[in-house]
Amino acid sequence: MTDILTITPRKPLLEVKNLVTEFPLRTGIFKAVDDLSFSIEPGKTLCVVGESGSGKSVTARSILQIIDAPGRIASGSIVLNRQDGTSLDLAKLDPRGRAIRSVRGRDIAMIFQEPMSSLSPVHTVGDQITEVLRLHLNMSKAEARKEAISLLRQVEIPNPDKAIDRYAFQYSGGMRQRAMIAMALACKPQLLIADEPTTALDVTTQAEILDLISRLQKAHGMAVLFITHDMGVVAQIADDVLVMHHGVAKEYGPVDEIFHSPQDPYTRMLIGSVLKLEQKAEIRLARPPLDTSAEPILDIRGLSMQFGDMKALDEVSISLLPGETLGIVGESGSGKTTMGRSIMRLYDPSAGEIRYRRADGKTIDLARIDGAELKAARRELRMVFQDPFGSLNPRMTVSQVIGEPLLVNGIAKGKELDERVCHLMEQVGLDPATRERYPHAFSGGQRQRIGIARAITLNPRVIVADEATSALDVSVRFQVLDLLMRLQDQLGLAYIFISHDIGVIRYMCDRVGVMYRGKLVEVGEADKVCNAPDHAYTQALISAIPRPDPRDRDRSRRFRYVEPTAASMAVITNGGAAR
Amino acid sequence: MLKFIVMRLLWMIPSLFAVSFLAFVLIQLPPGDFVTTYIATLASSNEVVDQNTAAQLRERFGLDQPMLVQYLKWIWGIVTSGDFGISFEWQQPVSGLIWERMALTLVLAVASLLATWAIALPIGVYSAVKKYSIGDYAFTAFTFFGLSIPSFLLALVLMYVAAVEFGQDVGGLFSPEYETASWSIGKMLDLLAHLWLPVAILAVSSTASLIRVMRANMLDELPKPYVTTARAKGLSEFRLLTKYPLRIALNPFISTIAWLLPNLISGSVVVAIVLNLPTAAPLLLQSLMAQDMYLAGAFVLLICALTLIGSLISDILLALVDPRIRLE
Repeated sequence: MTDILTITPRKPLLEVKNLVTEFPLRTGIFKAVDDLSFSIEPGKTLCVVGESGSGKSVTARSILQIIDAPGRIASGSIVLNRQDGTSLDLAKLDPRGRAIRSVRGRDIAMIFQEPMSSLSPVHTVGDQITEVLRLHLNMSKAEARKEAISLLRQVEIPNPDKAIDRYAFQYSGGMRQRAMIAMALACKPQLLIADEPTTALDVTTQAEILDLISRLQKAHGMAVLFITHDMGVVAQIADDVLVMHHGVAKEYGPVDEIFHSPQDPYTRMLIGSVLKLEQKAEIRLARPPLDTSAEPILDIRGLSMQFGDMKALDEVSISLLPGETLGIVGESGSGKTTMGRSIMRLYDPSAGEIRYRRADGKTIDLARIDGAELKAARRELRMVFQDPFGSLNPRMTVSQVIGEPLLVNGIAKGKELDERVCHLMEQVGLDPATRERYPHAFSGGQRQRIGIARAITLNPRVIVADEATSALDVSVRFQVLDLLMRLQDQLGLAYIFISHDIGVIRYMCDRVGVMYRGKLVEVGEADKVCNAPDHAYTQALISAIPRPDPRDRDRSRRFRYVEPTAASMAVITNGGAAR
Repeated sequence: MLKFIVMRLLWMIPSLFAVSFLAFVLIQLPPGDFVTTYIATLASSNEVVDQNTAAQLRERFGLDQPMLVQYLKWIWGIVTSGDFGISFEWQQPVSGLIWERMALTLVLAVASLLATWAIALPIGVYSAVKKYSIGDYAFTAFTFFGLSIPSFLLALVLMYVAAVEFGQDVGGLFSPEYETASWSIGKMLDLLAHLWLPVAILAVSSTASLIRVMRANMLDELPKPYVTTARAKGLSEFRLLTKYPLRIALNPFISTIAWLLPNLISGSVVVAIVLNLPTAAPLLLQSLMAQDMYLAGAFVLLICALTLIGSLISDILLALVDPRIRLE
């Protein structure tokens, strides 16, 4: 990397000055990016961080002039200094003109958050890569195909000569993002804009993609503009950091300064929120220790769930104590969501027992019951879902959403129902005066509070929270987690907390179960599992989490878990058996 | 895929039998039969038919037999020798009556379909891309105008204008001199000269809804991230639109082939009657009113067969154009 810096003159690759990008709305003009200035040096990485709505994505799109309508660049300049010495102000170009089109994909390429939807569902991956090569480099079909195969090989896609003719939906999540990177790098751009490229991926896949980007960056001497909300990722890859909030730059400087002597309170809050996840929640520290001698409220034994040929759950045994928070962690496809849904009997398990101890001390097997008994049990076991937007009916007011369980179970109606709804809203920290509004009037965090209020409506005893805070910004995430813990103290709830985020698990949970390909590979105290795990898979998982400290960038400690032979596997599962 | 097609074809056989039986029963369900209708027609012209003659007629047509026997005889004739029975009203074999009209129906249907697509698809795409522009509003206005105007009214107005203002021969698909003539270049040209009016009328009403569908499909696809990806690659706006969102937005149209085919026969009845077109639809209506059950039954059977074939075709086409369906 240092060679490149000495060759190129000290002129930044991209200089953004006083950029204003605005969206004309019915109510006036909304400035998504307001007076933003930054620059990117060749071969360096600039991370733009901020929460949702901070304008970081709009900034990236402004550079390529691909802002969604009706957005437009109102003022400012975006000067691209090309390698041949010419300079071009991208902000002055016609967004549909030839000049900007020749920059897109050739000088500056971009990759996106959702690799699945960012690739066409009906064209082969190869078709989409060769298209760029033919467009910018005027290659023949055969040349482009050969080059595309070599690109796929560079991004480590196995059997590239076959993979080139496959479709995006036949790739795994990580492979799709690799294909996107191959497409972006096709014309060897000087700048790669990566808009949350690892947010939709598992931590282990994220680590691999980050490695891949930085390796290719070094090989091509390419600069990277990396947009993310994850401070851990920033600490690991950034040279410089730009912190954005509500379209304005809060702080801009070298990564070490941002992490070790942040000036702006907002930056401090962002970093604090990551560091907070490195330890237990304060609320939990203040609690008396859990009574481990109590009879478990849920006792899952040998639970299996078969979908066709796929074993989504493979003989899972775990128990939940009254008042306990049990974390379930694992990558996508590990079966953690299937487990949550099986407990709720949204799925009918293929084998095994889910023994639930009712308040009167009687035990019933949730895997067997149906009819009125199942209905009664569902009143006591409730669920909070991941997507705060999709899990609320947009045509129901908040009071209808929260009151529905009371209404359909014939518990309350009319004025009494209204009072109960108001009380529930106060409990979850919402203003009851807003109860006649529809979900779209609420922010993500507020919606998740509505989902929680709906879950506690019937005074449940167990709540299954499936990635309940994954879709929320860090600053909101803690409020929701703390709310859940407060409600736990008030209502004596037991939680099954499903998450892929070890930090959240560590903050929130008493015990953790680690899932891998439908099996529970390790169960133990949260501190133990998060800090000194026994199972090799858990160790690999923990090693892949980006540390929120730029001074701690040792990639060598990361490793990928490879499933051992059946014999050695048995020893490990026995060692970490359920309590 | 092949197994799927074979299975679908096999399933069509029992479906066709079931539907043909149902159709047969339905046609017979109203009180009376063809003879009753026939007698009533005669009575209106002051001819009196006595009970004996009626019974004789019933016997001759086989109407005195139980319904099931009638059905079995009819279906047996179709399966073994392609004989759809005799039309009571026309005193001719049904197959002769149907195929003569089907050819012209097909010409009219295909012509209006092509006209509709040629107008609607580009406008739909334009309206979506330039959402809320003046052009979009203008087309939207035109669209709702076309959608709300009854086609028979449009037919009457256009006929009046064409006949009175331009002195054109309107109504039917041929001029009187060609009506019974055998096919020649002159007759072809004559057909084309007559075809534009029904095609225009039929296209106006279906263009309208098609534009709305196309616009909505495109609006669903345009904000998708893969469109942004294509834009970020540096593709020109036209190339990326036609390659990505348009390709995917067209998929729902392939599904509509399933109901285009049966529409050949039963669609556009009113327009065909107003314009006196020699197509299948007026004949179907007439046969139903006269309880001419073999003719009506043959039409219903044809409609069902076309529906089934149509959905099979669209399923196969969908699988061909969409790898998600083909490969998953």
